[in-house]
Amino acid sequence: MTTRTTAPPRQAAASDGTGQHRPSRTLKGERTAAAWMISPALVLFILFLIIPIVLAFGLAFTNTRLISPRPGEFVGLDNFAYLFTDPVFWASVRNTFAFALVVVPVQAGSALLLALLVNAKVRGTNFFRTVYFLPVVTSMVVVSLLWRFMYEKDGLINQFLGRVTGGAYDPIDWLNDPVWALPAIMFMSIWQGVAFHMVIWLAGLQTIPAELYEASEIDGANKLQQFRYVTWPGLRQTATLILVTITIASFSLFTQIAVMTQGGPLDSTTTVVYQAVRTGYQQLQTGLASAISLVFFAMVLVISGIQRYLTRERS
Amino acid sequence: MTATEALVLPDVDTPDRATRSRPPARRRVGITVVRGALAVFFALPIVFMLISSLKPDLQIFADLGSWRALAPVGDVSLDNYTGVFDRVPFWQFLLNSVVISCATVVLGVLINSMAAFALSRLRWRGRGFVLTVILATLIVPFETLALPLLWWVNKLPALEADGFSLAFTQGWLNTYHVQIVPFIANAFSVYLFYQFFSSIPRELDEAARVDGAGWFTIYSRIVMPLSGPAIATVSILTFLPAWNSYLWPLMVIQSEELRPVMVGLQYFFQLNVSWGQVMAYSSLITVPVVALFIAFQRSFINSIASSGVKG
Repeated sequence: MTTRTTAPPRQAAASDGTGQHRPSRTLKGERTAAAWMISPALVLFILFLIIPIVLAFGLAFTNTRLISPRPGEFVGLDNFAYLFTDPVFWASVRNTFAFALVVVPVQAGSALLLALLVNAKVRGTNFFRTVYFLPVVTSMVVVSLLWRFMYEKDGLINQFLGRVTGGAYDPIDWLNDPVWALPAIMFMSIWQGVAFHMVIWLAGLQTIPAELYEASEIDGANKLQQFRYVTWPGLRQTATLILVTITIASFSLFTQIAVMTQGGPLDSTTTVVYQAVRTGYQQLQTGLASAISLVFFAMVLVISGIQRYLTRERS
Repeated sequence: MTATEALVLPDVDTPDRATRSRPPARRRVGITVVRGALAVFFALPIVFMLISSLKPDLQIFADLGSWRALAPVGDVSLDNYTGVFDRVPFWQFLLNSVVISCATVVLGVLINSMAAFALSRLRWRGRGFVLTVILATLIVPFETLALPLLWWVNKLPALEADGFSLAFTQGWLNTYHVQIVPFIANAFSVYLFYQFFSSIPRELDEAARVDGAGWFTIYSRIVMPLSGPAIATVSILTFLPAWNSYLWPLMVIQSEELRPVMVGLQYFFQLNVSWGQVMAYSSLITVPVVALFIAFQRSFINSIASSGVKG
């Protein structure tokens, strides 16, 4: 990411003292204009981004409640001490990691396969891309509710599996089974989001020059070798980006849980964000919820740091 | 951005793509079969939703075990839809969502593009620092901030107009603006505009300056009219989460008349679920977005793709 614009030489020349009067006047006008144009965004960023970040740090060390006449008191590390002895919190950390550990590679991988499939020079690319994309434009709340219905014990999915196996299949009560609830939610989440990342892979695929494919064809490379030595190296940057965005999204797992299982059965699907919302909103414990949010943020930060390190450009 | 456009439209036969050989016929058939199977996989649940919305609950359950579940056969009617309209103030929810999403989009485009203009086009001290801070916040997921933000907006003063008298009240909870204002300034939108503005030649600014145009005129008359693709991208990437938002309105809204469509869905899955009505309501709030998507497909796909070419 570049954080600096390269000032064109003309501007640099204007500001280095040639012609004393006009440049200083225009420069002042430029600053005034800049101040007017950036301040609305800046005020909003400070109010709704910077202050909440600072608050998350501050409130995590207090026993502040959402609605309470008494102001919160400083309690040191009590919130964290409580969290680390709370089995439900540990369950939520475990579930969050399990979810990310499965969803990140599977979703990124299937998205790449889909992209390769859609990228093939065969008629109907537009149509199929549109159809695959439908779940992405459908809201997660709707998707979760729809799949909750399909996952019912005598629901569409079990009926279908029973049909296909000719009755040999013993129906699983997907969302009420502590073993199957989380995998069921993983499957649905991938179904919903995979086409989003397919499109990002597609954009990456299109940046690979066709000449490279021609050259490798002349050299007698087969499809697999082409992928290994032409396609994959060309997708490096895209891969990093996809990895980071899927990771952050899967760590933030909330809506599916809230709509489908409320963390159950037996805390087998509760997640860190779900716990934060339950604590901070339903139980009104803002202090404790901020502590959970901080732990969550630390998790995201560490994981994306590791990913960036592992996928860094080696020179 | 024009580069992106070419990137993500595989159907366009650009010369260098045309040189890539088409797969042989047998392979083409194979690919199409796999593509078709996947299309069924992705579309089927949505088709199931639309079809079930037309059937009474008993019929839905009776049809689950056969192909009839996916066909509009049997006792088909719009009863579930009339049921939905009887049960919840649907038009109110819809209006709320439209107002909230559109306000967030319009204000977001305006404010973020102005900020990006100041960051990319104007010289002032601290510019590099502000840009770095804004970009650094991209890594903070909203979920981290939701709870501290909830406490915070409950402390903010609000100016309440009661007839002709104005009064300060405490707390932004249960209002329209609490669903809009926190989401207007968006680091990613600033970044997208910043990127795009950097690709517009500065000679245009210079020429306009010579003609005596002020900076705001340059922004509104020259840079913005050239930024159609960026505006489309930011609008779509702001609209989708605003329309789909669930967690935030769930926490900040109590009264029915301020509720957006997604939270309205709660009425249908909490007490005595009527799945026919759930499907009808779900279809009602999904079809407009799907229709928008199909109408503006290119922009949609390009927006997502351009969110991928960052870094």
